[in-house]
Amino acid sequence: MAQVSLDSVRKIYPNGAEAVTPSSFHIEDGEFVVLVGPSGCGKSTLLRMIAGLEDITEGTLSIGERIVNDVDPADRDIAMVFQNYALYPHMSVRKNIAYGLKNRKTPKDVIDAKVAEAAAMLNLNDYLDRKPSQLSGGQRQRVAMGRAIVRDPALFLFDEPLSNLDAKLRNQMRIEIKALQRRLGVTSIYVTHDQVEAMTMADRIIVLNGGRIEQIGTPSEIYHNPASTFVASFMGAPPMNLVAGELSEGILSFAGLDVPMTVDHRGPVTLGLRPEDLFIDAKGPIAMEVDLVEELGAHRLLHGRVEGQQLTVHLAKEIAAKTGPLRLSCDPSHLCLFHPDTGKRMDVRHKATPQARSNTTVESKA
Amino acid sequence: MTDISAHAHAIAQTRKRTWFKLETVFDHAILILGSLLMLLPLLIMLQTVTTPDLETMKLGPTFTIGTELDDNFRKAMFEASGFSGQNTGMNMLKNSMILGLGFALGKIVIGMMAAYAIVYFRLRFATLAFWLIFTTLLLPLEVRILPSYEIVQQLGMMNTYQGLIIPLIASATATFFFRQFFRSVPEELIEAARIDGAGPIKFFIDILVPLSQTMIAAMFIIMFVYGWNQYLWPTMITTDENMYTLVRGIKQIVQTLEGNNIPEFGRANMLALIAILPPVLVVIFFQSWFVKGLTESDK
Ligand SMILES: Nc1ncnc2c1ncn2[C@@H]1O[C@H](COP(=O)(O)OP(=O)(O)OP(=O)(O)O)[C@@H](O)[C@H]1O
Ligand SMILES: [Mg+2]
Repeated sequence: MAQVSLDSVRKIYPNGAEAVTPSSFHIEDGEFVVLVGPSGCGKSTLLRMIAGLEDITEGTLSIGERIVNDVDPADRDIAMVFQNYALYPHMSVRKNIAYGLKNRKTPKDVIDAKVAEAAAMLNLNDYLDRKPSQLSGGQRQRVAMGRAIVRDPALFLFDEPLSNLDAKLRNQMRIEIKALQRRLGVTSIYVTHDQVEAMTMADRIIVLNGGRIEQIGTPSEIYHNPASTFVASFMGAPPMNLVAGELSEGILSFAGLDVPMTVDHRGPVTLGLRPEDLFIDAKGPIAMEVDLVEELGAHRLLHGRVEGQQLTVHLAKEIAAKTGPLRLSCDPSHLCLFHPDTGKRMDVRHKATPQARSNTTVESKA
Repeated sequence: MTDISAHAHAIAQTRKRTWFKLETVFDHAILILGSLLMLLPLLIMLQTVTTPDLETMKLGPTFTIGTELDDNFRKAMFEASGFSGQNTGMNMLKNSMILGLGFALGKIVIGMMAAYAIVYFRLRFATLAFWLIFTTLLLPLEVRILPSYEIVQQLGMMNTYQGLIIPLIASATATFFFRQFFRSVPEELIEAARIDGAGPIKFFIDILVPLSQTMIAAMFIIMFVYGWNQYLWPTMITTDENMYTLVRGIKQIVQTLEGNNIPEFGRANMLALIAILPPVLVVIFFQSWFVKGLTESDK
């Protein structure tokens, strides 16, 4: 078990590409941190630097109390689970799990005990003598987990371990991994581009974009207070609505909506509205033209336009909806404002007391 | 309407089927003809082996099977044809085996290690080295046979197994195939092994060699047959009858009419049969692996 600290860690590949700009963060003992971001943003690179599979160009990395920049991966006291499992195809499950221990010259009886323990924990008892090619994807990933567990590492590293599994199995494995991590209490860093995985598994999320850290925070902070338009549009399914509004003299106006607030900014702004913070209100200020109703069972999504700008509304399943004109209202306390050029979030102090949100009292006369 | 179209459809189908059949017959005819053509020498050998030499000389190949098989076998395997009395079939078989195995295993070991160095280590001129090795494919033994001979001679390796094997052991072909194979091994596997604490030697022995099994088998077949069939090189390097290989030794047996000697057709053909047997067995035994090794990439 260990803390992990990155101090201005930077990666420039030999071809000159800067995959990770100087980044610093600290991970507490036992914490489950998820690195999330779009493809090519440098998640894997960052993780691989922590694993020691990739050189660190600049900065220092410490695991526990030790600076490990120049330590071999095998000696960093880490275990890694790969996207394509990376099991040794010619070895049985048992040998796969035991290989790392064998290389450390662990006594045979200790190895056997640890393999048995891991197999029991991961429901792999029936498969110990099979080859990886005789296992399903989920079982293979569990073997990969087993290989990581038996080493008793200070740090678990996961690089998109679930992305080769189908949706159902992914949900199940997600819960298993999280439960296992809770039980073992091992500090973990988990890379994914799936924001659902990030939200559900993480103690803290680190959002990366183009090799830069956009935001670090708990899932709830990231979701409710995104630091930039990038985070706002990346996290959440459907993502936050981002529309152009106008600020003048302490009043934010967008499509008939006027909200008094104190912001150090005048002129155009980007306004962020979560789809679930909008609700149908016959006398509401926002006039929306609904183009499409997306039926999702547990809820519905309305896609449409307000003054030519795209908007998505999230409705509980009890509320009927159809295409056509519709009036909406929103809870101003949940509004986010972003700078129109930089995309950074601006601090807002609300003047009006937030009005209670009341989905149920609303009639749906579209 | 539907009737007509259905009918037309049926006709089209039957026509297609007969045409298909004709084609199959034709294909098979060609294949059967081809294999007969290739089998013919073998059949003649088999016939000759069972017939007394005199008869063969008088009549040539016939359709009758004679009774001399065991006698010819005994002569071929246990009687020497030379002066020293050492180049019996058994002895030559042993020499051929040593050459074939040494040649194949040596090439595999050297080729694998060369490919390992080229693919996995950040050598400064790895690519250049590889292409240099590759261009040696353009320089077969025959081109460099005189300098090679001189070197072996100066090293005093004439009439030794080392002299037979070592100068032929570096293999661009094996290096090339192993390089291609190693490059197809997923990067993640190497990284997992690194994290599992496998150093370069452990990785090679524990992971790469077992993974290359089918490739090794494929290479073994090619190289064994190639080594076994070497003729020119053993002819130059071995002057001692004790060191003759089968392929070279067959030549030693009298095959023309000289004075009172009848050509030993039966014996020579018996040796030839024995000489083709091990390569055939190797191919049959490793066949399924061979195909797998060159086509499949199961990782
Ligand atoms: N070996 C390399 N040499 C040069 N550039 C590289 C190398 N590996 C990755 N990159 C570049 O670094 C950037 C980050 O790559 P990285 O693999 O970390 O992305 P990622 O966030 O893991 O993406 P994904 O979600 O697709 O796995 C990319 O622009 C990529 O092209
Ligand atoms: Mg990646």
